[in-house]
Amino acid sequence: MSLLFDSFKDWQTHCQTNNEPLYKSVLEYETELRGKSETQIFENLSKAFGVMKDAVETGLKEEMISRSGMINNGAKKVYRYPTPVLSLEFQHLIARSLAAKEVNSCMGRIVAAPTAGASGILPGTLYTLQEIHNIEEHKILEGLLVAAGIALIIEQNASLAGAVGGCQAETGSAAAMASGAMVYCLGGDINQVFGAVAITIQCMLGLVCDPVAGLVEVPCVVRNASAAAIAFSSAQISLANVNAVIPVDECVAAMGEIGQSMESRYKETALGGLAATQTGQHISKKVLIHDIEMLPDEEDSITN
Amino acid sequence: MATEKSSIFDMIGPIMIGPSSSHTAGVVRLALAAIDILGAIPEEAEIIFYNSFARTYEGHGSDRAVIAGLLGFATDDARIKTSFDEAKKQGLKYTFRSVGNASTFHPNSIRFKLKKEERNIEVLGISRGGGLIEIEEVNGYNAGFTTGLFTLLIFAEDKTGSIAFISNILANDECNIATMNVSRKGKRGVACLVIEIDSELRPLSLEYLRSLSWVKEVIYMLPLE
Repeated sequence: MSLLFDSFKDWQTHCQTNNEPLYKSVLEYETELRGKSETQIFENLSKAFGVMKDAVETGLKEEMISRSGMINNGAKKVYRYPTPVLSLEFQHLIARSLAAKEVNSCMGRIVAAPTAGASGILPGTLYTLQEIHNIEEHKILEGLLVAAGIALIIEQNASLAGAVGGCQAETGSAAAMASGAMVYCLGGDINQVFGAVAITIQCMLGLVCDPVAGLVEVPCVVRNASAAAIAFSSAQISLANVNAVIPVDECVAAMGEIGQSMESRYKETALGGLAATQTGQHISKKVLIHDIEMLPDEEDSITN
Repeated sequence: MATEKSSIFDMIGPIMIGPSSSHTAGVVRLALAAIDILGAIPEEAEIIFYNSFARTYEGHGSDRAVIAGLLGFATDDARIKTSFDEAKKQGLKYTFRSVGNASTFHPNSIRFKLKKEERNIEVLGISRGGGLIEIEEVNGYNAGFTTGLFTLLIFAEDKTGSIAFISNILANDECNIATMNVSRKGKRGVACLVIEIDSELRPLSLEYLRSLSWVKEVIYMLPLE
């Protein structure tokens, strides 16, 4: 039987016992679950990575204005701005993460990785890493398998849904996946990969999900960019063998605990945080549908 | 389904259109399930958005998603964005309604009233997040299936031994029953039997089921992608 992805500790032990790279057990897991061959799985991963790259490029090329108007071609403005605050690569990283997420907010095609709300992070980071380090595609696909393994464990021991665990569960998990995948692609060992995951989670803990008007736009789009930046910073820290101190499984447990105790107004309900601000409320009134019937009696009689 | 393990393509995927897996991808799949039950692309559709959907369906693009699904488009079809134009081309007439406080319903519920020639159906479904869905009711009968497996909807006279008879046919095809749901409108009326099975039913068995005098209708649905 394949590994169950219950914990990072078991994953590490499994890899060390069998002297296997991290991605191998993720492949076996999927083969056993869905009966797909390794070739099919890599084909599907390649398709997903293709959609991710397309989303980045579409967001930097085409008009991106959301129905609410809150998203208005931000990625292109960042990409073309004449002054890089840090470096050209950093500017491109931020623009690309924004771009893929803007495509999502504007009804374009994306990969929900792990969710639609966090769909700019893996595209922005992996596109940029591949360009800077000239990494071959197959290695990136192995990195995506590592990212999937990371997400499987977070899903089991915390959550990937904003409605359950807040924004930390969505952008936090995506950043952890991206950071681990990047360290893997750069040849990091298991400790370095898992260290990057642990440090990323430590940086993203506690983030609430408070979308203005309940739409996946503000602050979701800019948080995809900041999560991408954190994924890079954690990768840099962990590659240098700086100890995360709190083991990765315990970081995930902390994320789960924080998610559970978070009040529901901070879990995608648009009742707290930025959604509840004066401006947030004003926007909400403007964009939401008001022609709503209230027919509880009729509807109840249909159900019962 | 909750205990079913996730695929890695739930983690890196699905590939989809729209801002939210529950408000867009899930909505496309609900509409795809509804046209499977109708057996055709409808000519007329009334769509009622409930609760959480009622206020945000425009902002999340659930309205475009629902029409795209009724036209048979997949969750990653780029035409979702322009589905209203596509509907005009294909002659699908539709109306939207919002009901804000159906307190007994799941927060993300949609009701479909679909018409094709003489056939009318009514389907109530919910979007559970991550693109996963559940069909709650078909024509007023409890349904409770996820579209993740092969699904049989059998409307038949409520008579003794019918369930044993049908499960025998499935057993002969080596179809393992995953879930089964029976509901009826009164004693000895028409009962609705919803069976989810792990593998495909043979066309011959389907034909046999349909030929039985006490069986009114059989709808057979393949798993939705």
